[in-house]
Amino acid sequence: MVKASAAAQSLEDTQGRPCAKPERPIIEVRGLNFYYGDFQALTDINMTVKRNQVTALIGPSGCGKSTFLRLLNRMNELIPGTRVEGELLFEGINLYDPHVDPVDVRRRVGMVFQKPNPFPKTIYNNVAYGPRLHGLKEAKNLDSIVERSLKSAALWDEVKDILHQSALGLSGGQQQRLCIARAIAMSPEVLLMDEPTSALDPIATSRIEELVKELKQSYTVIIVTHNMQQAARVSDDTAFFYMGRLVEMGPTEGIFTKPQKEQTEHYITGRFG
Amino acid sequence: MLQIPEAQVIVGDNAPPVAVAPLTKRKVTSTVQEARIRRVFVVSGFFSVIIMALIVLFLFKEGLGLFSTVSVKDFLFGEFWYPTYDPSDFGILPLIAGSMAVTVISSAIAVPLGVGAALYLGEVAGNRTREILKPAVELLASLPSVVLGFVGMVVIAPLMQQWWDIPTGLNVLNASMMLAIMAIPTIASISEDALHSVPRDLVEASLALGATRLETLTRVIIPGAISGMGTGVILGMSRAMGETMVVLMVAGGAAQIPTSIFESVRPLPATIAAEMGETPFGSEHYHALFAIGIVLFLLTMGFNLVAAYISQRFHQKGAATL
Repeated sequence: MVKASAAAQSLEDTQGRPCAKPERPIIEVRGLNFYYGDFQALTDINMTVKRNQVTALIGPSGCGKSTFLRLLNRMNELIPGTRVEGELLFEGINLYDPHVDPVDVRRRVGMVFQKPNPFPKTIYNNVAYGPRLHGLKEAKNLDSIVERSLKSAALWDEVKDILHQSALGLSGGQQQRLCIARAIAMSPEVLLMDEPTSALDPIATSRIEELVKELKQSYTVIIVTHNMQQAARVSDDTAFFYMGRLVEMGPTEGIFTKPQKEQTEHYITGRFG
Repeated sequence: MLQIPEAQVIVGDNAPPVAVAPLTKRKVTSTVQEARIRRVFVVSGFFSVIIMALIVLFLFKEGLGLFSTVSVKDFLFGEFWYPTYDPSDFGILPLIAGSMAVTVISSAIAVPLGVGAALYLGEVAGNRTREILKPAVELLASLPSVVLGFVGMVVIAPLMQQWWDIPTGLNVLNASMMLAIMAIPTIASISEDALHSVPRDLVEASLALGATRLETLTRVIIPGAISGMGTGVILGMSRAMGETMVVLMVAGGAAQIPTSIFESVRPLPATIAAEMGETPFGSEHYHALFAIGIVLFLLTMGFNLVAAYISQRFHQKGAATL
């Protein structure tokens, strides 16, 4: 416990300190390998993620992009028999350092899942779930966090009169925006999104995409997507994964117009995947 | 069966003509056969319902006969059960009190242990341990109740008598302990299923928001499983209430309202089982035993209705209250 809180403290320190070099990447990955038991799912990943940008991870099914995303908030370790090698630096701190508490990591790196998964609670209690875990109890503070989060998730106008009704009564797209509101109620620094629109219709999808573009003002967003148009529309940087390796990464425009690697070009032009 | 021609891709103008199966040539026999199969299922579906209805009808027919000579009030609230005296007394309050005593105390033992076992199996134990332990807990349910009664009679009763220096080891506490052993697997197994059926998505959502495993358990998993767990508890209690052999063997058989857990009681089912063989057919006593059957039936049905209500009321759909 002492060690864990010391690590939490050091995380706080880097957060509180004014950034000396604003261009320093928020996430740096060096020589990362990941194993499910004997199966190596990721091989030698090196990557930097820029602050306040949207980074898209693309690639065919099973290429390791979702696995990589879930490494960034230590969700993979919930699966028994997994192993990580290499360094994954978040604000200069290795997330897999034994002193780092995964609970602290997840409070600073939020996540939105593929399928909308609101709790079977009221809309209000869904958004207030995270802040309450932090120990926030005063109704006034909670009210303002809930309102602010729902506004940033572009859901406030639709739900402000039904805050105390079940979240399960919302449509799929609304539920997904609620999940985004729930994640940003924790004021995370990074927001991970695992194919957040794959279960939604085109209108709901375009609303989420608009939202992603707005969210990067305040957060660093990393989004996994199967939809290459979506990657092209919303992201600043794009990383292409194939067979557990990071094949190519760079500014989205460059990746989609002048890919350097043949595999990237084949995937983007739809020759496989 | 209807023949559907295989889908063919037409390439260019010189595609071959597709052979179409005539739609009218459906075999008549297949419809006859389907109707026959349908009838078989209808009969088996209604069979148990009809049998149930007939038994209930018989129970009421035989039981209600008592109330031509004994009033309902004297029957339910009479404090003396002396069916073979002259004049006889048919007050079942001591029997109801006996049943209630063993049900409440066995629940007090079985609910914490059963729910605890479910939480351990569902949330703490590793997959390996769970795979071994869960069938073991469920195996407990397959113990014949006469074996449990025997253990209570031969092992527990003498021990109790020695430890606490009481006149008999066949008492409320002993019966409650044996009934608790019967109810634990029901409660544990149904509760564990309920915990297990909380969607993994929600657990992940909670953990991803920085909740610890304990916070996730108390705020997401248990609220999501509470209806199933409540159902398990009620069904376990209803099992203890209706169980006959154990209480017949270890409850002591004294038709009195208990004032301590070391006194003997005579629960409703034990009374019927003990006395039915010795009562003349069609006598007042005979009808009284059937009337006890009605009371028991209504009680266990009440438990099951409560269980059904809980599982619907707290099912987390629609209006969220948590």
